[in-house]
Amino acid sequence: MSSDNNKTKLSRRAFLKNVGAGAAAMVAAHLAGEIQPASADTENGWGILIDLTRCVGCNSCALACKETNNMPDADIEPTKLSSKALTFVEPHEVTTISGDAKKRYVKRQCMHCLNASCASACPVGAMYKSDEGPIVYRAERCMGCRYCQLACPFAIPSFEWDNGITPVISKCWMCHDRLQEGLKPACVEACPTGTLRVGRRDELLAQAHAQIESNPGRYVDHIFGEFEVGGTSMLYLSDTPFEELGFLVDVPLTAPPEQTRKVTNTLPFALTGVMALMAGTAAYTNRTSEKTDKQEDKEQAEAPAATEDNENKNKV
Amino acid sequence: MELITSPVLWIVLTLSLGIPALFIVSVRYVVVRLAGRFGGSLPVAAPDASAIPLPRFASRAQAIRILLLAAVMGMGVGIILLKYVYGIGAISNLSDQFPWGVWIGIDVMSGIALAAGGFVIAGTVHIFGIKRFEPLIRPAILTAFLGYALEVAGLMADLGRPYNLWQPMVHWRPYSMMWVVGMCVASLLTIYIIQELLPAVLEKLSEFEVVADRLPIEMVYNLLKKTTIIVVFLSVVISMLHQSSLGSLWVLVPGKLSAIWYSLYLPLFFLISAVVAGLTMVIVESYLSSKAFDHGLEIDLMADLGKMAAIILSVYLVARGMDMTVKGVWPMVFEPTLQAATFWPEMILGVVAPIILFSVKSWRYNPKILFRGAVLALVFGIVLNRLNVSLFGILPYTGYVYTPSWMEIMVTISLHCFGVVAFVLAIKYLPIFPHEDEHGAH
Repeated sequence: MSSDNNKTKLSRRAFLKNVGAGAAAMVAAHLAGEIQPASADTENGWGILIDLTRCVGCNSCALACKETNNMPDADIEPTKLSSKALTFVEPHEVTTISGDAKKRYVKRQCMHCLNASCASACPVGAMYKSDEGPIVYRAERCMGCRYCQLACPFAIPSFEWDNGITPVISKCWMCHDRLQEGLKPACVEACPTGTLRVGRRDELLAQAHAQIESNPGRYVDHIFGEFEVGGTSMLYLSDTPFEELGFLVDVPLTAPPEQTRKVTNTLPFALTGVMALMAGTAAYTNRTSEKTDKQEDKEQAEAPAATEDNENKNKV
Repeated sequence: MELITSPVLWIVLTLSLGIPALFIVSVRYVVVRLAGRFGGSLPVAAPDASAIPLPRFASRAQAIRILLLAAVMGMGVGIILLKYVYGIGAISNLSDQFPWGVWIGIDVMSGIALAAGGFVIAGTVHIFGIKRFEPLIRPAILTAFLGYALEVAGLMADLGRPYNLWQPMVHWRPYSMMWVVGMCVASLLTIYIIQELLPAVLEKLSEFEVVADRLPIEMVYNLLKKTTIIVVFLSVVISMLHQSSLGSLWVLVPGKLSAIWYSLYLPLFFLISAVVAGLTMVIVESYLSSKAFDHGLEIDLMADLGKMAAIILSVYLVARGMDMTVKGVWPMVFEPTLQAATFWPEMILGVVAPIILFSVKSWRYNPKILFRGAVLALVFGIVLNRLNVSLFGILPYTGYVYTPSWMEIMVTISLHCFGVVAFVLAIKYLPIFPHEDEHGAH
């Protein structure tokens, strides 16, 4: 019995050492920044500026998108985002800030957030932020957990609900392959009115601010996507207040992954603390209980200890 | 006509009959074999090794009950199989606007909280050294193991591409809370298998000299025995991480989850309420099994669990209240919304009422009142809370686009039937719950 106790004591000490080392390594790795979040900060990636005052609702962009991405029904204008349409044009009857009743068209697609919730949510890196800026999806890793859909502050990603074995998430990927080849995204290339402009995000922002300043009274003094959810690569200019065009104007202004970062930054320390506390408690209570065990042993005067341990040991 | 000749129909039908039947028979076989290993607890002589025991019905009513249960299980299996043919959309009301429904809310969020008994009791006994709770470890660990196994089974319904379930182990994403949750489940299942199942397998193997002579079975076995405390310690830590990470999942959706529930402290709230879930779940299971199998209830231990639950619930109540005050969301719960209507039962029936019932000593020692308090805490304090976070709290953002389809509910009921069958068979044949006469030995 006593030799048994010594062994457990030894293993416990070795174990505490291991736990300590493991936790320390975790904290060290954390502090050294070895473990990087899924999305790198790419402020200066590609972006698209969408000037809603120029859009005439011709749907060229949506049809070009379908064709480039090999979607079915390439000649039918989509009316909502789905696994069969990565972008669509949404008509709105509105009053502009100059007081005219007009029809306005809003092109909807993935906003390509700078610090994207979907990329931060994905447990396997199937959804990730590319070096060029666009958020790209690779189906071969995807488990279909749909946490990206839940995480997206704009509810953009679509799931293939009618596919039994190989459903994929689909959303605009800013024609990442074309960008890499030096081509414009299909929608930008197809736009006949100059509504869509592709470029580096900071240049687009500068252009947009210049446009607002040089045309007083024409635009709302707000670029949707400049600060929303920490900034998006898709930027909208409008002559109508954004809330009237169905924009989610009350999304948080800090990137939601920042909130999770607060949790994950505390986790290594919380874990270390909890483990240290528990190990200490275990060491203390087991020592005191060993004392009482010994007393009981004396009292019981070699009564056979019918523990499960011993029974099993006998069998082997 | 076309349907009848379709092979899909026949494959699905066969499998939905076959899988529950195979499940019941094999679980029964395993527990009966295990019962022989422990010895003495079996009412009849240990079964001979080769025979697969077939269920025998005590009465017609019992036969009907068991067949109904099997039918429900079969329907669930059938529906999950249909998903692999026609897609998740065909069997559920989930949509791009509302991608997570009752499967996540009940099977995963609530189911895992209800499985918390394993780490709570193991921690109480092994870490805090309160040895008199030792008789409760087995039912608690069994519940935890079944809970985790069912979570993985539930994911077979919910995941679109479950064959990629191994991907998180290859592609590490420590900043994704979903990754943390996945790794926790994987490691906990591994730990439970090593801790509970591997010794039995090794014992069996050591009987064969051919194997025992060539493999270091005895060494591995002794190593396992010596490292029990490490394994317990790890399982407690990982369980705590897992419970809190289920709360952290929702930290990513500040714009979507109603401010009544959204908080940076969600991981902490999930962890604290999971501890309560663990305690009350042990009370409920012990009470029900004492009724069903007509053995005594260890009311002293149960009352102590109730007392612990009351203390932790009080901490939880104060923390939630402070959090809501800091966020300034009290006005929201006095508005006539669905969220206010689900918030008040959660707090009053699920937190305040159990605190009161567990606080009065004479009530605590009354099995019926103790049981009711525990049920209130579980149903309203835990399950409703998880549903509030994962369903009701999301609805204001998405619009009221989601009510679960009957097939979704059927799958959930069916999964829980699988768990109940395994649990009942285990406590029937294995010495899981302490019996009155055995108690002196511990």
